[in-house]
Amino acid sequence: MRHIPVEPPDFFHRGLKPVSRLAFLGLVSLALMFADTRFRYLEGVRQVVGVVLYPLQRGVELPGEAFGFVADYFGSKRGLADDNARLKQELVAQAPAVQGYATLGDENQRLKALLDMRQRFPGAGIAVEVLYTGRDPFSQKVFVGKGTDAGVKAGDAVVDDLGVVGQVTRVFPAMAEVTLVTDRDHAVPVKVERSGVRSVLFGSGTGRAPELRFTAPTADVRIGDRLVTSGIDGTYPAGLAVAEIVNVDRDTGQMFARIACRPLAGFDRSRYLLVLGREAAAATRPEEPAEVEAAKKGGRNKGRR
Amino acid sequence: MRMLPSVSGLTPASADEILRPVNPWFIMLTLFFGLLANIVPTAPAAALLRPDFLALVLLYWCIQEPRYVGVGTAWFVGLVMDVADATVFGQHALAYAVLAYAADYFRRRVLRFPLWQQAVQVAALLALCAALVLLVRVVGGAPLPRWTYAVPPVVGALLWPPLSVLLQWPQRPARSRGDR
Repeated sequence: MRHIPVEPPDFFHRGLKPVSRLAFLGLVSLALMFADTRFRYLEGVRQVVGVVLYPLQRGVELPGEAFGFVADYFGSKRGLADDNARLKQELVAQAPAVQGYATLGDENQRLKALLDMRQRFPGAGIAVEVLYTGRDPFSQKVFVGKGTDAGVKAGDAVVDDLGVVGQVTRVFPAMAEVTLVTDRDHAVPVKVERSGVRSVLFGSGTGRAPELRFTAPTADVRIGDRLVTSGIDGTYPAGLAVAEIVNVDRDTGQMFARIACRPLAGFDRSRYLLVLGREAAAATRPEEPAEVEAAKKGGRNKGRR
Repeated sequence: MRMLPSVSGLTPASADEILRPVNPWFIMLTLFFGLLANIVPTAPAAALLRPDFLALVLLYWCIQEPRYVGVGTAWFVGLVMDVADATVFGQHALAYAVLAYAADYFRRRVLRFPLWQQAVQVAALLALCAALVLLVRVVGGAPLPRWTYAVPPVVGALLWPPLSVLLQWPQRPARSRGDR
């Protein structure tokens, strides 16, 4: 007897069971995570998806920008008049100081020439706009609207008008990811402006104050001291303001003092940032013998994540 | 009911109401908007409250239309989110895939409850998703976040009732929408 050829209806065919699917995709995700964190194999994939996402990321900006533009247009006339009057007053008030600066600048020039130092920032920086901040509460990152197209390179320092913001960590064709100095374990070599004590400022992650690590309890460090980049890492040009010390805990039983800092840059306020190329920082670096450079490379890359 | 046609239209479909089939393009569009809502820039204060819209939309479709959106779709959408977020590749993918699986597992139960009781269960599912992301990050060496990390899943659950009504809107026959 022949059996009746009955095909089950189409909606019974649903492929793999959800459990098997989950198990398979879960393993793939774990593999991806491993490959991404350990070997960075997936930067290419990330680039491609990043390019596809870019129009979206710009697109979500548009409504806000349009609103800002309209608000600007209508609010500007009176605002401009007020600003103009105020600026004129300020100009007069600041005239003596400005003239003072001119002489100071002159003097500074001569001193610098004496020390045979080169100009600190030979190449002008690239002005960029913050597109959006990363949603991830575990890392401190912002995305800016220029990438390889404008010559931004991974490792470039990023500053705003108040101080160091961070460092470019990934570059896409028209966009770049900036890791902020508050990001966990992001290190900036700094020195205390007042006393010249050198140290390294480590970010501590979201909502926590960055710390000055590896500083002896006896070091000349006080609350209120300003920290500026020391420029010895070849990433950040020397002399940029980074942070202010807000708390010093000297426990002589410990090897190092616990020093909490407050970053100076306006991370959540600044809309426009400046990317300083590596050559700006490298200008003050002395020549190193090739083998020393090679030996150091491993250590330096480890510090930067 | 008759006096407030527009308000009566803003209730979820009753159990005996026959819905039109969903348009797959509509699902894609809503997922797309979920992604947009996730990457739109906000003030830092609002960012603390911001739920994972994409996970919420994904959860809705996994519960309502498991034939169209399942573990595979969720995993892929998670990959896109990973790139948009610059997080570890595969982290959201894993979390969303587990979320989709959990949604598939619980969907018959969830659908038996009224919307606000569904929201409680959705909170648990979103918390599961957030906990997975947290687990991955902590294993990767991140410090534990503050208690505010638990806020977005709750906000997401509060958005569940309005979102459900909104996403179901195109599928309901004109008569029961209240604009007869």
